[in-house]
Amino acid sequence: MPVGRAHAIALLGIDGAVVEIEADISQQLPAFVLIGLPDAALGEARDRVRAAAQNSGVPLPSRKLTINLSPAALPKHGSGFDLAIAMAAFAAEGAVSAESVARVVHLGELGLDGRLRPLPGVLPAVLAARRAGFGTVLVPAGNAAEAALVPEIRVVSITSLRDAAIWHGAELEPVEVEPLALAPVARDGTAEHAGDLSEILGNRDAVEALQVAAAGGHHMFLLGPPGAGKTMLAARLPGILPDLEPTAALEVSCIRSLAGLPVAGELPRRPPLEAPHHTASAAAIVGGGSTLIRPGAAARAAHGVLFLDEAPEFAPGALDALRQPLESGVIRIARANATAQFPARFQLLLAANPCPCGNAGARDLVCTCTAMARRRYLGRLSGPLLDRVDIQLRVPRMTAAQLRLHGSEATDSARARERVAEARERARRRLRDTPWRLNAHVPGSWLRTEAGRPSTGATGVLDRALERGAITMRGFDRIVRVAWTLADLDGVERPGSDQVGRALLLRKAAA
Amino acid sequence: MAAKDELGRRGERIAEQHLIERGLVVLDRNWRCQSGEIDLVLRDGDETVFVEVKTRTGLGYGHPLEAITMVKLARLRRLAGEWCEHRRAAGLPVGRIRIDAVGVIAPVDAPARIDHLEGVF
Repeated sequence: MPVGRAHAIALLGIDGAVVEIEADISQQLPAFVLIGLPDAALGEARDRVRAAAQNSGVPLPSRKLTINLSPAALPKHGSGFDLAIAMAAFAAEGAVSAESVARVVHLGELGLDGRLRPLPGVLPAVLAARRAGFGTVLVPAGNAAEAALVPEIRVVSITSLRDAAIWHGAELEPVEVEPLALAPVARDGTAEHAGDLSEILGNRDAVEALQVAAAGGHHMFLLGPPGAGKTMLAARLPGILPDLEPTAALEVSCIRSLAGLPVAGELPRRPPLEAPHHTASAAAIVGGGSTLIRPGAAARAAHGVLFLDEAPEFAPGALDALRQPLESGVIRIARANATAQFPARFQLLLAANPCPCGNAGARDLVCTCTAMARRRYLGRLSGPLLDRVDIQLRVPRMTAAQLRLHGSEATDSARARERVAEARERARRRLRDTPWRLNAHVPGSWLRTEAGRPSTGATGVLDRALERGAITMRGFDRIVRVAWTLADLDGVERPGSDQVGRALLLRKAAA
Repeated sequence: MAAKDELGRRGERIAEQHLIERGLVVLDRNWRCQSGEIDLVLRDGDETVFVEVKTRTGLGYGHPLEAITMVKLARLRRLAGEWCEHRRAAGLPVGRIRIDAVGVIAPVDAPARIDHLEGVF
């Protein structure tokens, strides 16, 4: 009897590899052997496939069925191989067209009644199938809208194993069944960027700094007493970021799909905001898992904002785990049997009180913390982490006078977003011959080239600070980067001493 | 005789008939010794074939071949050894041996279907 072949996708992080599934029927007593490094859930495919085939009216042959998943060395997880295994077995038996089965990629978990269950990670799997050169993919009806987001590949929505067999040429009567939908996941409200910039009273420096952060992609640290509006400011950052580009939107959707969150029928246009609670572990922040490696909050925040409120309350390990993604823009998670990679070019937003009681440095308020407690509190934010944060801002509590003065001059989010988009466009034009898009990503060496240095004499104040040892060379570069963003916002050709001075203020305000 | 034993006997007769039509020669049927019973012993060319027959009236509880377990086949292999000793003691040739399985689906109101697997152990 011929060997039946079908294809499925094994996901590793956001990348997928094509897995060839071979089925052989030998003249021996009935048995079902599954080889090629399956995990426990995949090993159970044996019983799912046998029952589903029986209940779909296409029973497996009463012979020994050997299923091989190749490449054998690649670890394979989960139940998404069920459909491909069943199809390879049918092809080996001759119940369906072997050529037809070998040409397409099959994704889907089987229920015992033969219906196809939707699964997480369909979007990256379909992308991987297209990259591997496949023209058609069979997906469960519950994932069809998600799979259809991928252009240039034919997506066939399948309700049951019987439907799939008929699609491949089995001579069966179609039977109408209720398609299974993805279980709805309750989503917290962070995805909706509620609130407008104009609702922020006073704090004009902070509103301006927020626009600088948005325009240049700079990471930001807000330090201030409770009630100063730090959380309010942070929640409005995604609202002033420009819309996602199609490739970024697809990546955001891929991560959502891998995280098991529902992916709607269209690509998201707005950047995501992730605000993990401060008890989150390092694995919750960067991702983890012993067999199936899942994306963490940092990956879910890719192309958007990762907001860590009460940053000093986070476990030091969880915070420092962010250093590598901040530097490289990707997260690599190594486990015993595999290494997964996730995109992580997010904008980091930290907020903290100046001390445990929160009153240190505030006017007319008495801090009750000891000097030691104050030092320890902010000391939890490690130097290397803060060193990567370009904008460090002190947010004071507003006064009654400010409240009365608040009026027409307040910027609203729509206007701010326009300003940010214009500044980003200037930066893009300037950086068009380089691999970088945003000022925050430009390396220090470029800032010292003819194209990247500020105008002559503008850095006098920085040169003196450097000589005194008040800033490091890395700090110098960061201030120049922010100065470039300020120049883009102001619409000037090159940062002058005005922009450099303001950039220095944005960097040193918290210190 | 209980109904299940009667079904078993009927299945064994159907299997025997099928194998005779295929050109095999019956040497023994329901051969018993202390450790058990061999359903059928036949000669196929110069091979001696020991056959385990399993009969069911339908597929409601699975295919009959699925009910032939490794434990059953291991017992049949031991019994085959004993049968050969008896045979040699009587001064008769044995030749190479083979173990087959025959699944018989014998519905009460339709012709039986036979599934024969050679060399399963």
